[in-house]
Amino acid sequence: MGNAKGASPKRPGATRSAARNPKAGETAERPKADARTKTPGAARNSKNRRFAAALRHHRESAAHGFVRLFVEPLQSVMTALVIAIALALPTALYVLVASVQQMGGDLDASARITVFLHRDATASTIETLRSKWAVDAEIADLEYIPAATALEDFKAHSGFGDVLDLLDENPLPPVLLVNPAGKPGAEQIAALAARLEGDPRVDSAQLDMLWLKRLNSILTTGRQVAFALAAVLALGVLLIIGNTIRLAVESRREEILVVKLVGGTDAFVRRPFLYNGLWYGASGGLLSWVMVALGCWWLNISVERLAALYQSQLALLNPGIVELAVLVCGGALLGVLGAWLAVGRHVAAIEP
Amino acid sequence: MIQFDQVKKRYPGGHEALNSVSFELETGAFAFLTGHSGAGKSTLLKLVMLMERPTHGQVLINGRNLSRLHKSQIPHYRRNIGVVFQNHHLLFDRSVYDNVALPLLVSGYPARDIGRRVRAALDKVGLLDKERQNPVELSGGEQQRVGIARAVVHTPRILLADEPTGNLDPALSEEIMNLFRDFNDIGVTVLIATHDIALISRMGHRVLTLENGEMLSSASAASASLVQPEIVQPEIVQPEIVTPGMAEQTTTAKPDLPHG
Repeated sequence: MGNAKGASPKRPGATRSAARNPKAGETAERPKADARTKTPGAARNSKNRRFAAALRHHRESAAHGFVRLFVEPLQSVMTALVIAIALALPTALYVLVASVQQMGGDLDASARITVFLHRDATASTIETLRSKWAVDAEIADLEYIPAATALEDFKAHSGFGDVLDLLDENPLPPVLLVNPAGKPGAEQIAALAARLEGDPRVDSAQLDMLWLKRLNSILTTGRQVAFALAAVLALGVLLIIGNTIRLAVESRREEILVVKLVGGTDAFVRRPFLYNGLWYGASGGLLSWVMVALGCWWLNISVERLAALYQSQLALLNPGIVELAVLVCGGALLGVLGAWLAVGRHVAAIEP
Repeated sequence: MIQFDQVKKRYPGGHEALNSVSFELETGAFAFLTGHSGAGKSTLLKLVMLMERPTHGQVLINGRNLSRLHKSQIPHYRRNIGVVFQNHHLLFDRSVYDNVALPLLVSGYPARDIGRRVRAALDKVGLLDKERQNPVELSGGEQQRVGIARAVVHTPRILLADEPTGNLDPALSEEIMNLFRDFNDIGVTVLIATHDIALISRMGHRVLTLENGEMLSSASAASASLVQPEIVQPEIVQPEIVTPGMAEQTTTAKPDLPHG
């Protein structure tokens, strides 16, 4: 302190007039001007240095943008929450579809073909058929239910025992339960059933595929709805972030003006806002994952109880690390994109 | 260094701010730009800063025609110029240090240079002990000095000032003007827009007078006697050239400058 005041009286007068003298100034200034352009010029020409500086500004912008989230915590939390809800809706739907699909997949695998044989088929015919199918590549195993056993079961379970006693002969045909090999799709099972039905000893082969088909088309629709919802809500996220960044740009108008006046490029001005958007998007993505995970955990309590009543071990899938990565990265991407859309227009509009 | 050739500026709406203005300032010159308010002083400075483009005519800075400068080159061009504003345009959301460091950050200076240069500039304007404070806490004169430190921290070749002493009392104005003279002494071309007639006559430098957008005189009447050749002492100027920091050049009297 006080150096400026102290320096002025001490300044040698001769230097002063030399500098103020245009002629003397010219000779004295030229080498100086060269030295001057060289010092910062050398740094500027060096690509490495410039890259390092840009990298540093990226790092600082990222860090500063993160810190700024906590300057106005309420506003940041609200923005992140809105983004989180928008991202959580399609994610929840997707998780639901995936869970049901997994359940459907299990049923698919356990789909059995019920083959009704002709009632007049003899024991030896049936035996030949069984041994033929036992070596069939498409058939995993067979279960034979003789007509008599089927009648006994029916009597025991249906409560029509007395009525059935009145019948002269067993109305039920012998049945072969066929478990397809591997995990065939719906078409393959249908093809197998048709092939089995082609055998002259077979009366009919039944496959209750209709409900599986319905389930599958419902799941396809559900997945499509999830994607459509995701697209619409992603657009919403873009607008939310764009609007938040627009307000941030407006509130820092003075700073943008000054930075532009001292030679800041548009990229330099944009950078902090882009990172701002990135952080909003990423934190929104993280929050949405937490929301869906909590929702699944909460729902699973009742789903498991329900499944237990059906002697099933069904449960909703929990969103995992992949979903977390997709949500956070997707959110960050949407954030940068939204910020870019907003900043591009508004920063260019602020000119000193 | 600064050359105007038949420059005309008409704003949208028809207001003619400058009309056929021609003048030239040599490298290392010190000049005042004066005239009543609305005479076109600010417009002239804005043309040099490329905040505005001339309607007609050419502005040449250091031999470079500004009309040939593309929009994307403007930021890099502005890094050669330091500007001091009447309302100083300081940012109150950061410290004095960060305000002064802004032009260096923008230009991508290495981190270790930034600290050294900022402290040297603050030392020069006598505010080294206030670097951690917020500019809001400073007086008007101190704020203006922070503005000057920010304008010179990147050792620009041209220093422009728009009414730098507008709201300051005469003693403070004198102090600010002495600072500008110090920078001029190390070869910076200085152009100051002001209507502080008393100050101009006291300092005795070249005066450019604008009236209704026209250049009345670009004579250096007041400083005519100083145009005479005097003793040139290049040996004093020369050693300063090799040192990279501007403030170090001017504060050679103080050996204990921060170098880190």
